[in-house]
Amino acid sequence: MNRWKYWLLHGVLPWLGVLAVWQLVALASDPQFFPSPYLTLKGAIELSEDGSLFTYIGYSFARVLSGWLLGSLIAVPIGLVMGRFKFIRAITDPILNFIRFIPALAFVTLFMLWFGIGEESKVILIMYGTIFTVIMNTMTGVLSVEEDKIRSARSMGASEWQIMLHVIVPATVPYIFTGVRIAMSMSYLAILGAEMVAANEGVGFLIWNARLYFKTDWIFVGLFALGIMGFTTDRLLGYVGRKLLGRYGVVHSGAAGQRARKPRKAMQPTNATGGNSYGKVG
Amino acid sequence: MNSNANANANALPQSGTIRIENLRKSFAAAHPGHEPHYIIKDINLTIRGGEFFILLGPSGCGKSTLLNIVAGFIGKTEGKVALGEKEIVRPGSERAMVFQQADSSLFPWLTVRENVEFGLRMRKVPKAERRRTSDHYIRLVGLAGHEDKFPKELSGGMKQRVQLARVLSNDPAILLMDEPFGALDAMTRRTMQKELIRIWQETNKTVIFVTHDIQEALLLGQRIGIMSVGPSSQITDLYDNPLPYPRNVTEPKLIELLDTIQSHFDE
Repeated sequence: MNRWKYWLLHGVLPWLGVLAVWQLVALASDPQFFPSPYLTLKGAIELSEDGSLFTYIGYSFARVLSGWLLGSLIAVPIGLVMGRFKFIRAITDPILNFIRFIPALAFVTLFMLWFGIGEESKVILIMYGTIFTVIMNTMTGVLSVEEDKIRSARSMGASEWQIMLHVIVPATVPYIFTGVRIAMSMSYLAILGAEMVAANEGVGFLIWNARLYFKTDWIFVGLFALGIMGFTTDRLLGYVGRKLLGRYGVVHSGAAGQRARKPRKAMQPTNATGGNSYGKVG
Repeated sequence: MNSNANANANALPQSGTIRIENLRKSFAAAHPGHEPHYIIKDINLTIRGGEFFILLGPSGCGKSTLLNIVAGFIGKTEGKVALGEKEIVRPGSERAMVFQQADSSLFPWLTVRENVEFGLRMRKVPKAERRRTSDHYIRLVGLAGHEDKFPKELSGGMKQRVQLARVLSNDPAILLMDEPFGALDAMTRRTMQKELIRIWQETNKTVIFVTHDIQEALLLGQRIGIMSVGPSSQITDLYDNPLPYPRNVTEPKLIELLDTIQSHFDE
């Protein structure tokens, strides 16, 4: 019962509100410029009939996922090394802070020239969009590891490599996770640009192509597809983070309501193991 | 029960003895023609193996600096610090530090047991042996039953117990303690002081304990070194405290000593 109430409040009602406003605005404007929810739904069905909508989503999704994954895999070790070694940080930091302000979109043409119009250039573009965010976050995480942790590990006989593996990396996990999560949204930015300029499939292509037929309802479908894709991946990432990385301090969750719900759930195990004994020992 | 521990302390071989000679530490790089700014200056001190030694002084007098040099975390500027015959230049597992802030030194992603086994795991001690050792020290510090909890589920005093168990499991000869009970409430602190004495008597470690609390110094230490206000802080006086353990704050002799030391700081 409570669960239903929760979903109604946090999921259904706000969206009903959005639909209502959308419908009202659509009534007041030309459907050519601003299609109603109904027309958008019709457009979605149109695009689904030959499966092209799902193909497009699949393409965009595969590009984002591979570019993001490869980019993160490269960025995390770089961030760790930059955070750990002052010398390397000193020489790479100025360059990094220069390049990271050049948006991925600015590289679309160049990457096409260098890596072809196929998948490589798009995946590399997303890697580019991902790498700097993840590097910066990872580096910040490494720099904020308390000196006491490193010192105590060292005095317990840990080698520099063990300190990196058993102290720095676990302590940095929440920062890496945040970086990776922000990078995911950057990836969507990058892929859309790339698909608009040079692609025969993908959600970006759908949105850009719709302009030729003046199909604003298809554009709306594209926008919705993007929103749903982003929402789903972010939630999935958040869920995986909480489940697998909880002990490293990854607690972030998208919905405010879920955060408020958490403590109640977390209390149960502590109560069960005798929460009473806490203050007693010391 | 106390004389036993004292006798043991004196009978121990000299391996646990720390010798500090003419130790100086300056942080600012010395400019030519300028007298460098010293944190601590001309420290001479010998701490016997098995002894419970207190470094007492006001905040900012360089007690922690001295402790960190003995730990090998920071380098010295001049002088000699040696453990037995070996000069101290880097951290070593025979010297273990218990930090003031358990939150910054414990690993929050590891359970109590995993924290305690950390050093053993780093030195590739087999799992069964690790387990035996951690069981022993977790019980010694009174944390039995809390093995699988994470640090954030523990109170401040319990976290300091974890820190203590974690360093003891590496069997160091020397415990360096940097105001470990400074952040605890008065009642918890009192309990922890008693526990520390019990553990020290059971394990026969050398302890160097830094504090700015005179009462704490008198309750714990066999010898108290008083450090002067910095900069260029020195050890100005050494007091022996032969009172038997467990000590009580209301003992006349303890209060007498407290007055003497207090007057020292009032000057």
